[in-house]
Amino acid sequence: MCGICGCGDTSTSHATKEPAHGHPHDRAETPEHVHAAGLSATRMVQVEQDIMSANQRHADANRRYFTEHGVFVVNLVSSPGSGKTSLLVETIRALQDRLPIAVIEGDQQTGLDAARIAATGVPAWQINTGKGCHLDAHGVGHAVEHLPAANGGILFIENVGNLVCPAGFDLGEAHKVVVLSVTEGEDKPFKYPHMFHAADMMLLNKIDLLPFLDFDVEATMEAARQVHPSIEILAVSAMTGNGIDLWLDWLLAGVERAQQGRQAFLLARRDALQREIDSIDSQFGPR
Amino acid sequence: MHEMALCEGLVQALEEQAGSQGFRRVHAVWVEVGSLAVIECDAMRFNFDIVARGTLAEDAQFNIIEVDGSAWCLPCGAKVVMQRFGDPCPKCGGYQLQVLDGKQIRIKQLEVT
Repeated sequence: MCGICGCGDTSTSHATKEPAHGHPHDRAETPEHVHAAGLSATRMVQVEQDIMSANQRHADANRRYFTEHGVFVVNLVSSPGSGKTSLLVETIRALQDRLPIAVIEGDQQTGLDAARIAATGVPAWQINTGKGCHLDAHGVGHAVEHLPAANGGILFIENVGNLVCPAGFDLGEAHKVVVLSVTEGEDKPFKYPHMFHAADMMLLNKIDLLPFLDFDVEATMEAARQVHPSIEILAVSAMTGNGIDLWLDWLLAGVERAQQGRQAFLLARRDALQREIDSIDSQFGPR
Repeated sequence: MHEMALCEGLVQALEEQAGSQGFRRVHAVWVEVGSLAVIECDAMRFNFDIVARGTLAEDAQFNIIEVDGSAWCLPCGAKVVMQRFGDPCPKCGGYQLQVLDGKQIRIKQLEVT
């Protein structure tokens, strides 16, 4: 997948640590302090370049790959301890006999989560971001190389537990899904609005604990909708399975859309190839 | 935290521009930051100084141009300024706002030799 970066590196951990893929810069050619008077006049250059464009190129390449293979990709985001991994394990158990599933796990350190996922029997790849606070599209592109393609199925990307930074990084997913547990505050959507705006779905998790808590479900949903009017919301419990059926339905609808997307991609590709064949044929004239 | 990664992206972009626009050293950078961008401007300044060391942008002056985001208000149909997610429409008080602009972190201008 690294036709984009050409870095030739098949590991997944370097992307968040090394700037600019570590290509060398010959500093011997760079005059020091060339703005000293009389040496060389400075000039102004107008630029319109998004700083996120490098990540975006990788994300676009990932998305193309996922479309071609008909993989529905979900980027799970939340604060640490929301129950993402438990929810994922329950989701996998419910779906793994019906369609291919693969998982990319992101954490600063340890392979503990990937081990929990692997215990279910589905392939999982752990990215350790080290000091990094988020997954980026380049790292995800390489992680995909280590997993069997979940063609026609679902790739879950469990992001680093962090409600801030992952909001800014497109990984090529179909949707960001934010998990908020009822042991957190109702005002989380207001405190971390970027994430709740970036997510298309909010899963309100651990609702089995509601009888023991003073937690206002309606206020939380209202807060999320105030930040993101079109966000979808489901209340679930990974522990009891409550509400999980609706979550599975949402995922299966996404899988269906991914299949339609793949078919549309193949038809467009066939048409493009046909046009090219027609163009070549026309150069031969009648045979 | 992710401002470090953003600064790495910025320096990478400067290196690409150096190739295409024919310069070897960057003395000043102007970056436009939308009010809805996931970024802390002070952290960006701090990280830029660190990330730029040993690159074509070492010691470059770092300038941030802060610009307001904008949104369509679906209830009242107005195009309004949007400073933060979760704020109501300043005209009608509604929250059905569709963001148009304001998430950008974009290099606008460079002073180079």
